[in-house]
Amino acid sequence: MIEAISVTKRYGSSVVLDDVSVKIPHGGITAIIGPNGAGKSTLLGVMSRLIAPDAGHVTIDGMRVDQTPGAVLARRLAILRQDNHIMLRLTVRDLVAFGRYPHNHGRLSLADRDIIEQAIRQLDLDALGDRYLDELSGGQRQRAFIAMVLAQETDYILLDEPLSSLDVQKSVQMLGLFRTAADELSRTIVIVVHDIAFAANYADRIIAMRDGRIVADGSPDEVIRQDVLEEIYDVPIGVHHVDGRRLLAYP
Amino acid sequence: MANSAIRSSRQTLFGLFAGAMLCVALFLTVGANGQWDFVLPFRGTKILTMVLVGYSVAVSAVLFQTATGNRILTPGIMGFDSLFILLQTLIVFSIGAQGYTGIDPRLLFAGQAALMIGFSALLYRLLFHSGGRSLHLLVLTGVVLGILFRSLSEFAGRVISPNEYLFLQDRFFASFNNPDTQLLAFSYGVVGAVSLMAWRMLPAFDVLGLGRERAISLGVDHRRTVGAILAITAVLVSISTALVGPVTFFGLLVSNLAYWLIRSHRHVLILPAATLLAVIALLAGQLVLEQALGFGTNLRVVLEFAGGITFILLLLRDPRR
Amino acid sequence: MFERNGRLVLAWTGVAALAFVSLTIGAGTLHLEELFSGSGGNASALLRESRVPRTLALVLAGSSLAIAGLIMQMIARNRFVEPATAGTAESAALGVLAVMLLAPGISVLARMLVAGGFALAGTFLFLLILRRIPHRSALVVPLVGLMLGGVIDSITTFFAYRYDLLQSISTWMAGDFSGVLAGRYELLWIGFALALAGYLAADRFTAIGIGETFAVNVGINYNRVVAIGLLIVSLITASVVVTVGLIPFVGLIAPNLVAMRMGDNARRSLPWVALTGAALILLCDIAGRVVRYPYEIPVGTVVGVVGGAVFLALLLRRERQVG
Repeated sequence: MIEAISVTKRYGSSVVLDDVSVKIPHGGITAIIGPNGAGKSTLLGVMSRLIAPDAGHVTIDGMRVDQTPGAVLARRLAILRQDNHIMLRLTVRDLVAFGRYPHNHGRLSLADRDIIEQAIRQLDLDALGDRYLDELSGGQRQRAFIAMVLAQETDYILLDEPLSSLDVQKSVQMLGLFRTAADELSRTIVIVVHDIAFAANYADRIIAMRDGRIVADGSPDEVIRQDVLEEIYDVPIGVHHVDGRRLLAYP
Repeated sequence: MANSAIRSSRQTLFGLFAGAMLCVALFLTVGANGQWDFVLPFRGTKILTMVLVGYSVAVSAVLFQTATGNRILTPGIMGFDSLFILLQTLIVFSIGAQGYTGIDPRLLFAGQAALMIGFSALLYRLLFHSGGRSLHLLVLTGVVLGILFRSLSEFAGRVISPNEYLFLQDRFFASFNNPDTQLLAFSYGVVGAVSLMAWRMLPAFDVLGLGRERAISLGVDHRRTVGAILAITAVLVSISTALVGPVTFFGLLVSNLAYWLIRSHRHVLILPAATLLAVIALLAGQLVLEQALGFGTNLRVVLEFAGGITFILLLLRDPRR
Repeated sequence: MFERNGRLVLAWTGVAALAFVSLTIGAGTLHLEELFSGSGGNASALLRESRVPRTLALVLAGSSLAIAGLIMQMIARNRFVEPATAGTAESAALGVLAVMLLAPGISVLARMLVAGGFALAGTFLFLLILRRIPHRSALVVPLVGLMLGGVIDSITTFFAYRYDLLQSISTWMAGDFSGVLAGRYELLWIGFALALAGYLAADRFTAIGIGETFAVNVGINYNRVVAIGLLIVSLITASVVVTVGLIPFVGLIAPNLVAMRMGDNARRSLPWVALTGAALILLCDIAGRVVRYPYEIPVGTVVGVVGGAVFLALLLRRERQVG
């Protein structure tokens, strides 16, 4: 379980996270939604120890992230943030191989190689394995980074806007992949998403944020409702159920 | 890693090694006229110095670039070697030339290196800690700091008595042609110890190249690794500056040549390549200038010329790097 | 209006006071009372031959360099550009070396013209490189200039070393006013005259500082104004380099300090920039003479320290404003 306890983060005078407490138990897909500047990415950053909070703390399986060696955490939790610019000239396979670093510290075993190849296949990157990242499109690069995170084989996978540079087909494919990882490999997946429709139809749980606070937290049935969404986004968004899926109608 | 890329990198490394050996052989023999008793020890010492300087400059530049996450910053450009000179001047300033010569040079060096580590950590905190600063601001700040350090040493040098100024000039005008070899064995020992420490962290350095957040996510202790790099860099810069004086652009030149030649991100390949390139540049450059053109100690100037142009080209090519 | 004029008068007085201090200090003791006792041939000779020329040279060089810096900043549209951060000064030094090597006998005026030609070529090269920078950030401009200066400087060192002139060229370039005597500083008047010409054209420089489109819109021949500006800057730099050597950063600091208080209208700020430049260099020279009396620290060194520190402060201050 990931647990954030009374986490506060300020940048200058603006409070980005305001005394946030949240528990993310093991398993399933949790989506964090909310308008820009709500603090979603910061919350993800604090939970993954990339950002140090000004107050409060975070534990993972009972270990405080600020007191546990990074090497231990890296075998439990993987994080992918939005920026995918990279200084090095790396091939896709080089990058995915870095996902094994927490386990092998730079010396690849045969088992490691299998895991790497599997991750490359899962993300449809077979043909691109030896291509350099700077030769790829934004979406292809994004998939390569996700493959690296999968190769890390952690219980918890935190992804900040993993769909941002993917087209609809690839986004759906990616969400299917997350579903499989959660259901069959019992991974815990936390994603920040912009698109409410994706969250509404693929997440097991939705956390909605606004102004640095959590304003709604529950199953899609509980959160994807017109009154709740209006409270989050200040816009009345209609919710319709068609063939067991949720359709959102923007005003 | 694509196997072909590894293979071609290894071939490149081998070629560089052969080139460096050739340079060593030529440097030892060309124009010796059979006076081996004199020539071999004399030139041998020089070669040992150049190799150590080449290694120090190349390794410190590559590691510093890994730690700062860009390829146009080097310790030289950030004014680290000017800082070393400034510290030396200030020491003479505070204890006098006589006190200076009275102290065991090894002890003195250790003290200076320790100060360097402290100051470079301070500099790093000042410039990089808050993060998100523009690269150009960092580089420009570094360049201006370098100018400031140089002016301050010059100023401090002028304020102390003219005799001590002369002493300093004498002390600092170590150059490629006239290296300060007194400390050579000691320097090799220090560099060896530092390299051992670096060797064990090589895989972590590779991960660091992915950037701070990714490195942390992969379990690298970012603060500790960067701290180690700064300490290593400070020691190496102190060594090379003490031996042959400041070289601003040489590290930039060889590190970027190495990135260009070696199609891999792995330090285990890049560091030797940069070192070999540095050794070749120093030996071949000195050889050509001395033997072919009959000039004296102009190597530094030629290197600065080439390095400065490289720097401008890098700036022109990609503003983000 | 009156208040502004009042402050300007105050600034004039300040510079005059500094100049007076500059007159009274030096290795030889000056007994002012000798001047008035009528007998004092010694004191008046010292003044006439050494102190007055030196003080005049300081004021002329400081104010001209400051104005040259301001003009360059308008042309490059960048606050951090000045002769020492654009390759101009180093090119002038290369010109001086070329004269020493090829035509050592020519007059100082010819020497200055050659140095000016080199300075012009170097600055032009700088502007050419700037045009090729893809995403030009404000900070990459002085960076390129400093590096270009370094490259040109290494050419100078290379040839100076080759022809055994390293010693003389480095003494020559030290930025030192201690050798200024009557008859050996008058070139600076030419530089000052050019700076005055720049003052007369101040509005045009402000216009090109706003931008090429704006300048063309208000009917200014952009290329011609830039060319004239470069010529003025190059010749001012050459006059200083030939007479006393390299003095970095005066052209950077003075305009920036003034712009902080009163903005960028060149016509309004130019007298202030000139006065600030003069005051700055007078102060640094006085400090250089006092700190290690009776030895002297060259003003170039003192300005290097002060200028480097101020440059750094400007950089970090700018960042605070942005961030």
